Amino acid sequence: MLLSMKAIDKSFSGVRVLNAASLEVEPGEVMALVGQNGAGKSTMIKILTGAYSRDAGSVTFQGREVHFSSTADSQSAGIATIYQEINLAPNRTVAENIFLAREPRTAFGLVDRRKMRAEARAVLKRFNLDIDVERPLENFGAATRQMVAIARGVTQNAKLVIMDEATSSLDEREVAVLFETVRTLKRDGVATIFISHRLDELYAICDRVTVMRDGRTVAVSAMKDIKKLELVRTMLGKELTAFTAAQRNREEADGATLVEAKNLSAGVRVRDVSLAIGKGEIAGLAGLLGSGRTETARLIYAADRRDGGTLSVGGRQTAYAQPADAIADGIGFVSEDRKVEGIVPEMSVRENLTLAILPRLQKSGIVDRARQQEIVERYIKALGVKCASPEQPIRELSGGNQQKVLLARWLCMNPRLLIVDEPTRGIDVGAKAEILKLLRGLADEGLSVLMISSELEELIAAADHVTVLSDGRSVARIPAAELSEERLMVAMAHQDGEAA
Amino acid sequence: MTTLDTTTPAQTPAKRSSLIWISRYGTLVAFLALIAFNMAVTPNFLSWQTLNVNLTQVATIVIVAVGMTLVIATGGIDLSVGSLMAISGALAPMIFLGTIYPIPSPALAVTLAFIVPVVVAGALGWFNGFLITRWSIQPIVATLVLFIAGRGIAQVMTNGNLQVFRNDAFQFIALGRVFGIPTQVIIMAVVVALAAFVIRRTGFGRQIIAVGGNEKAARLSGIPAVRVKRLVYVVSGALAGIAGLVVVARNSASDANLVGLGMELDAIAAVAVGGTLLTGGRAYVLGTLLGACVIQLVRYTLLANGVPDAAALVVKAGLIVAAVFIQQRAERG
Repeated sequence: MLLSMKAIDKSFSGVRVLNAASLEVEPGEVMALVGQNGAGKSTMIKILTGAYSRDAGSVTFQGREVHFSSTADSQSAGIATIYQEINLAPNRTVAENIFLAREPRTAFGLVDRRKMRAEARAVLKRFNLDIDVERPLENFGAATRQMVAIARGVTQNAKLVIMDEATSSLDEREVAVLFETVRTLKRDGVATIFISHRLDELYAICDRVTVMRDGRTVAVSAMKDIKKLELVRTMLGKELTAFTAAQRNREEADGATLVEAKNLSAGVRVRDVSLAIGKGEIAGLAGLLGSGRTETARLIYAADRRDGGTLSVGGRQTAYAQPADAIADGIGFVSEDRKVEGIVPEMSVRENLTLAILPRLQKSGIVDRARQQEIVERYIKALGVKCASPEQPIRELSGGNQQKVLLARWLCMNPRLLIVDEPTRGIDVGAKAEILKLLRGLADEGLSVLMISSELEELIAAADHVTVLSDGRSVARIPAAELSEERLMVAMAHQDGEAA
Repeated sequence: MTTLDTTTPAQTPAKRSSLIWISRYGTLVAFLALIAFNMAVTPNFLSWQTLNVNLTQVATIVIVAVGMTLVIATGGIDLSVGSLMAISGALAPMIFLGTIYPIPSPALAVTLAFIVPVVVAGALGWFNGFLITRWSIQPIVATLVLFIAGRGIAQVMTNGNLQVFRNDAFQFIALGRVFGIPTQVIIMAVVVALAAFVIRRTGFGRQIIAVGGNEKAARLSGIPAVRVKRLVYVVSGALAGIAGLVVVARNSASDANLVGLGMELDAIAAVAVGGTLLTGGRAYVLGTLLGACVIQLVRYTLLANGVPDAAALVVKAGLIVAAVFIQQRAERG
């Protein structure tokens, strides 16, 4: 056994993020580590590399119990970590990066550049990488940079390489090159922990898989013994959420299509997405982490630029250049990250609520306070926002109430389409049910909603149909009548010969 | 992925709320304390003359600092204001003295001497905003360009010569009085009142605060963040231009080496002491006025009581440190 992490506990300010989690890796094996957002993968890795300390449990590496106090500590013990954003110096040369902070010295204590170059070439050759080691690293692509990071680990005699979402910014060709590197490592007896949200990659390269959920290790299996669907099911688990399903009232809508997106693409995250939303419908958008859900929504809203595809709203082709254009066309967008992209924390509830409608509240540049006040009071009441007064800073509100204010920010604009990304994330069960019910009610009044959610029960309860994305492509559109967790998971795993 | 960090040690609620109180009213208290101290100690403090001396010395700083407040509220900073003052201060005499092009009508010449330098300074401010928004250059670096080049431009324009002049119509902006109040003080008051109104009551003002408070959220709410940012630098530049006019008119001379020298730091100091967060998302225009007055009064108090100006600089630095420290402590939860 190369690595054995057992019964690891970890809490942050009273919130338990790891609960007796375990992870074991054999020498020369490629171990997949998978789980949804917040499952505890990152914390586990950070404890292994010494970035965090553990509250309880044991870590044994190469037969000895270890207590790394920093990442430098674990590096010198033989653990190399390759992140998506690599911690290398882009403006230094390839050779300098490989030997960063431990350059070979001459007899006079100066850097031995010749030796450094020669050794850098030798180690890269092992990975079939023939590049000019004297050129700055920034001249090379993401895959090459990652291999340089791996080479750096190998020259430190790494016995274990951790790849944390190392492939998420690579294209298929680059991934293939990286996999070749992993196989080379394997031949030399170096083990790899491979974290990726692309399931196909796991099956292509990994020997075994460890699944984490809610801070626990819930399954360990040989890769060939676990089917993709089963893997997805294990990752998502059978959560019993207590919210009461919003009342469904869905005879197929009158058939008028409001939004029609065809073959949207942008970068490597969105490759080919088509979807349609009818008037007064709640359209669900499902998919695993990294399948391109949020990115697709951002394309519709023009928060990001699309490379290809067409989007028509209300029968007209659109060419929004920025969110303001989408807003003017009657589209609202509630982002998945309330804190980073939603609220302006220092501003009051009143100002946060009217942020988007501000241009319509002005008379020759001056805000009409009376109308503003009237709108704010109306929506606070309609949505049941609990706040001391409209003048209270929004950061003091609970997550659910902040979310209601953000919904109100768009509802007061009277939009045609409201895009909500994880509308119930991080809010309590009661508020969850309220928000879903609210969305249903609005849809019944004719508003179209595009709802992104990781919670399958939520989609099943609220959506009129769900479009499923997998690896940046829309792979299925499931009508309400056929919606089930089973059906969604099959589509999300995107198996060949998918069963109905 | 879970990214909870260990929290900073919690402060006792009582200590925290008193810090918040100090950060909110500390500047006002310091201001009142300084006045009380001077009434007791400094001879002839309560006189029109003392008031006028202090107000005229603080006027240009306040005019520039108001622009700086708007820039800082968006999360930026403008180091070029001193140099823009030099450019505007060099340009005005060249216009009414006819150095560039002889203008036959004195009235037209003076009018142009008021308008053109301010427009030019505003345009250079737009250039600052353009650098910052178009190529995402950090404001401190982008405005450093004109901080360095601006004074050079002013010197090249005047061949490095001192321009000495006497022009009552032009100098009214500094030496004139309306109802006994110096014109520059009136300009200051108007600028402060207008900016405070813009911040509080106009859509543009709220957009400034939103962009500084959370630019991503502002952008997703359809606020034209790029335009807002460019505009605040235009305003900052134009106000620096006005301040440049006041300074040269007051001195009856324009020296490109000296006009506005160190003004960027005085302005930033006034904003910081006035309680505006240097990280953006808030703007206290009246606080900036008060901050500038406190700094000026400290200096005056020390001078009037025989402490040399050099020592006053140290006290000024201490004030800024104290103000920023209190703000930071009060911010932490």
